[in-house]
Amino acid sequence: MVEPTQYIAIVVNGEPHEVPAGLSVRALLDHLGLVGLAAVERNRELVRRADHASVIVERGDVFEIVHLVGGG
Amino acid sequence: MKGIDSMNDDSLTIGGRAFGSRLFVGTGKYKDVEETRLALRASGATVVTVAVRRVDLTQTGKGSMFGMLREEGFTLLPNTAGCYTAEDAIRCARLGREAAETDLVKLEVIGDPKTLFPDTEALVAAARVLVKEGFFVLPYTNDDPIVARKLVEVGCLAVMPLGAPIGSGLGIRNPHNLRILMETVNVPVIVDAGVGTASDAAVAMELGADGVLMNTAIALAKNPVQMATAMRLGVEAGRLAFLAGRMAPRLYANASSPLTGTIASAAAPLSIE
Repeated sequence: MVEPTQYIAIVVNGEPHEVPAGLSVRALLDHLGLVGLAAVERNRELVRRADHASVIVERGDVFEIVHLVGGG
Repeated sequence: MKGIDSMNDDSLTIGGRAFGSRLFVGTGKYKDVEETRLALRASGATVVTVAVRRVDLTQTGKGSMFGMLREEGFTLLPNTAGCYTAEDAIRCARLGREAAETDLVKLEVIGDPKTLFPDTEALVAAARVLVKEGFFVLPYTNDDPIVARKLVEVGCLAVMPLGAPIGSGLGIRNPHNLRILMETVNVPVIVDAGVGTASDAAVAMELGADGVLMNTAIALAKNPVQMATAMRLGVEAGRLAFLAGRMAPRLYANASSPLTGTIASAAAPLSIE
């Protein structure tokens, strides 16, 4: 018997998202289809890559997920 | 006496760290990744700037710029472009460090979107925090020697004054301020922004700048790869001219050929009161 998945509301890059409860940051990146190149900020605090697997996404979290682009 | 013939003997060192080329280039505004690659190669730059931006969740798998820069072996210099407060610039710097895996940051705190002039008060505040966090801070600043001195006091290992507004291509607008700035601080000075063509880069280097950083002048040239080569040569020419020590300018002529033994009759000089 599989428990029904619970969803929580978060904000990613200014947009509302519903994601399964209990995801780690790493799992969130996978869920959003992002490869491992991105840098992640959660509630205005950097989440270091080494902590992506252990930090759990909470209801109402605000994420910035960024990468490097051309610039001067 | 340095007696250099090429730039190979004269590489730029900042805070004990060697940077191969005195020309730093940006990676924005090019037509595509391939054009960027060719222009960056032609520039001879070893350090290239990159921006930190939100991932577009609707268009993933477009990381080819980053991949190309890694492939080519460039040292990445993430910027904080687009940040208008010290707090945002600090957050952006932390994200850039994480994404680029470097302690280098080109710190920008912009004061106004039309001129893109720096908010120097916020810049100094952000620099102070980032230096304490172990960043190697290269601040984009204006040509104010007092601000430059404050940036050095809070631990910046170089300062990067503008020659003219970002992307303007107006050239070196205040060479006198830049000279005073260079005499004021005892760290390398990299002229960042304002260069429009190769002679501008040469002028900056002739003034005694330790390096030049540019993006638009190369990216928006009709032929960016050719202009990148011109900029490389302009920086080298300016650097060599600076090291060589230029002659003192004078108002009147001084003949290069002997004045005696000419077959001509003497001319009457202008009568100048």
